[in-house]
Amino acid sequence: MSVFLLAVLFWLAAWAFNEWLVRRQPESRTQARLIGIAVPLIFGVTLLVLWEGAVRGFEVPFVLLPPPSAIWERLINSLPILWADFRQTFLKAVLAGYVLGCGSGFLVAILIDRSPFLQRGLLPLGNFVSALPVIGVAPIMVMWFGFDWPSKAAVVIIMTFFPMLVNTVQGLTAASSMERDLMRTYAAGYWQTLFKLRLPAAGPFIFNALKINSTLALIGAIVAEFFGTPIVGMGFRISTEVGRMNIDMVWAEIAVAALAGSVFYGVVALVERAATFWHPSIRAG
Amino acid sequence: MRDSSAAIRQEATAGDGAALPAEAGAGARSVVEAKGLGLTFQTGDGPVRALADVDLSIGRGEFVSFIGPSGCGKTTFLRVIADLEQPTAGSITVNGMTPQEARRRRAYGYVFQAPALYPWRTIEKNVALPLEIMGIARAEQRQRIARVLELVDLKGFGNKFPWQLSGGMQQRASIARALAFDADLLLMDEPFGALDEIVRDHLNEQLLKLWERTTKTICFVTHSIPEAVYLSTKIVVMSPRPGRVTDIIDSTLPKERPLDIRESPEFLKIAHRVREGLRAGHSYE
Amino acid sequence: MAALDPAANVPTARPTLGARLVAGKTFPILTVVVALVALWYAFAVYLNAPWQLDRYAKAEREWTAGELVRDTLNQERPVLPSPHQVVAEIWKTTVDVRPTSKRSLVYHGWVTLSSTLLGFAIGTVLGILLAVGIVHNRAMDKSVMPWVIASQTIPILAIAPMIIVVLNAIGLSGILPKALISTYLSFFPVVVGMVKGLRSPEAIQLDLMRTYSAGAGQVFWKLRWPSALPYLFTSMKVAVAISLVGAIVGELPTGAVAGLGARLLAGSYYGQTVQIWAALFAAAAIAAVLVMAVGFAHGLVLKRMGMAR
Repeated sequence: MSVFLLAVLFWLAAWAFNEWLVRRQPESRTQARLIGIAVPLIFGVTLLVLWEGAVRGFEVPFVLLPPPSAIWERLINSLPILWADFRQTFLKAVLAGYVLGCGSGFLVAILIDRSPFLQRGLLPLGNFVSALPVIGVAPIMVMWFGFDWPSKAAVVIIMTFFPMLVNTVQGLTAASSMERDLMRTYAAGYWQTLFKLRLPAAGPFIFNALKINSTLALIGAIVAEFFGTPIVGMGFRISTEVGRMNIDMVWAEIAVAALAGSVFYGVVALVERAATFWHPSIRAG
Repeated sequence: MRDSSAAIRQEATAGDGAALPAEAGAGARSVVEAKGLGLTFQTGDGPVRALADVDLSIGRGEFVSFIGPSGCGKTTFLRVIADLEQPTAGSITVNGMTPQEARRRRAYGYVFQAPALYPWRTIEKNVALPLEIMGIARAEQRQRIARVLELVDLKGFGNKFPWQLSGGMQQRASIARALAFDADLLLMDEPFGALDEIVRDHLNEQLLKLWERTTKTICFVTHSIPEAVYLSTKIVVMSPRPGRVTDIIDSTLPKERPLDIRESPEFLKIAHRVREGLRAGHSYE
Repeated sequence: MAALDPAANVPTARPTLGARLVAGKTFPILTVVVALVALWYAFAVYLNAPWQLDRYAKAEREWTAGELVRDTLNQERPVLPSPHQVVAEIWKTTVDVRPTSKRSLVYHGWVTLSSTLLGFAIGTVLGILLAVGIVHNRAMDKSVMPWVIASQTIPILAIAPMIIVVLNAIGLSGILPKALISTYLSFFPVVVGMVKGLRSPEAIQLDLMRTYSAGAGQVFWKLRWPSALPYLFTSMKVAVAISLVGAIVGELPTGAVAGLGARLLAGSYYGQTVQIWAALFAAAAIAAVLVMAVGFAHGLVLKRMGMAR
């Protein structure tokens, strides 16, 4: 019990410290940045401490919720397995599916660009499909493409295709009529207008889809593995270890997935900052 | 309708024609020649006559202002010259060609109400845009960019992005862009409308100097009487519903025009006539 | 200025009916749907043909193209069932069976729908509460918000089976564990959208409230809350869709017996492709109805607030 009280005390202290931090007038940009990083970090650490304290203090059964320290220990001790799972799920299924899904969504958007008829037909359908539980196609893909990673990549392709299609089509209409008229006064051709005006203007939309898809891709690949895999993969590990009540291993796998997902998203966001530096939303940030 | 505008045209040529240096060469082929030009938009609320029976001839080297209240079709007329709108009646030639042919031969530079600079390109790259589209060699591009940026007083700002400059500088950059490919005709649609009075005066002065140096033909849409009188060799007064020409005034002001010419009796006389024309064409029923 | 010219930028009216059809949305959508169905049939023939040909060969039977097409479209366990087979299955399991039967799609759909709705409701309420806290407390904003955003990058669905199993272990079973997954998933879009919405009033509008020396509560109810509503509904559309996904995935593990997710899993175990497709279409229909319902509520509220476009 006293462990828990200590944790609560830590939480209160950290909270007070955070309150103090955000009320400070930063003297420089670097200081402001440091505070911006420190505050959420302290919050995260507090959560972990509270978790650890609660689990130990209330003697929560291990199968229900292992303490973070045990998860960490498990993670360190099973790095080879975790790496093999990561390679199977992320490096093969997720990346392949992501590249193919986003790429084909983008290409189809360009292909139907010259046909307003097809756009009007496909865009509402694309929006509709984006709201559907597309992940349900996983069992079908497993049947068609087998247990190994190609079936997972197929699920990822289907999940990422429509957000990319919809966003690209919308993005291609983002250039203002004045900007288009300008190209017309230069008697610029279709492809010149596309490459010099409409694609750059569509950049923020395309990156929006890339960011959405980075999350969807990982979810799709992991959930698809619940429907059958060879004996490796993050989804496979999660479902089997749950069955064996090795909850700490499950949490370790989830930690890896969370890290992979965040890094994936972060990388896309960084590329976005570099590529669409001119957009007001990024200039302000 | 038709008779009255024809009468005005006769009066105008009979009155002030001799004072115009630009029309001195009697054989000079006109740059823009409109006869009985009309444009009717089909809208949900029925047809809207944006232009009706416009007869106008613009000679080489003239500085023509179009002035009138909103909805009088001045912008539409400029867009017809630029082949951004298609007339529904009458005929128009630009450099003796159809507007479409003229556009394809890059016969004019167009300056919009807003700078319409592409935010992902530096000022230099923005000015280079038409040159890239027209397939001009790199070395030549660099030369021309340097020349026009100097012409509009933006030397040293080439590497900045548009959003790092003030509104006046942005509009100057957009003028540089229109000048970059050396078209003889410059179409300007209220280019200084969004700028404050002081910046506007300054840019008017610079524009006049530029016109003198380059001997281009300029069509300039504005709704400021002083601006129109100060800049033009010819002022076209228009009135709405339907958009038509009510008066054409050839300016008697000398070619050399310091800013304080705007207080001279001659200036005020022309301004008065413009105001009368606007009032005649615009009944506030 | 000339943007005000009524003449500029007005699209030309299209008078004829045919042109209106082409210009509208319905006809293009129908065309695309018809094309997709045709494509589906073609693929069904193509994908099911090898097995059929194999059977012909084993039976040493002569066959014609017409027979091949007919047989491929009516196999019992096709690689890709044909649309009419799926429709027939849906019909059989919704209309022909009593809704309370375990074989009824209505029954399974209801199991999924109820946990979706429960989770969605809890998630939305919690999300709104957290957003209010974030907007009114700087420390909370600085410390919680980055995690809310970061957590969106985490494949939360991966935890779904574990949550179910763990909650089952402590005696919680039935609708609640699945609803919790839906809660978790729908919570984040609502927080993010709501924070954005509550912050959407402009500085002048807030200054106006200040000139009236309005209290925090008054500023909230008279300014922040109404301005946030459009954002709330937009994120609720996302939230309800992802709630459904959460409920379906929540039905995957533990040999769950009821729900569309369980139907998918059972279908995949026993190779019942027609059943999988029927469950998929049921899920799609539920998603469509849910999103449309939220959209309808959105329209209604906007209309009452005089904000309809």
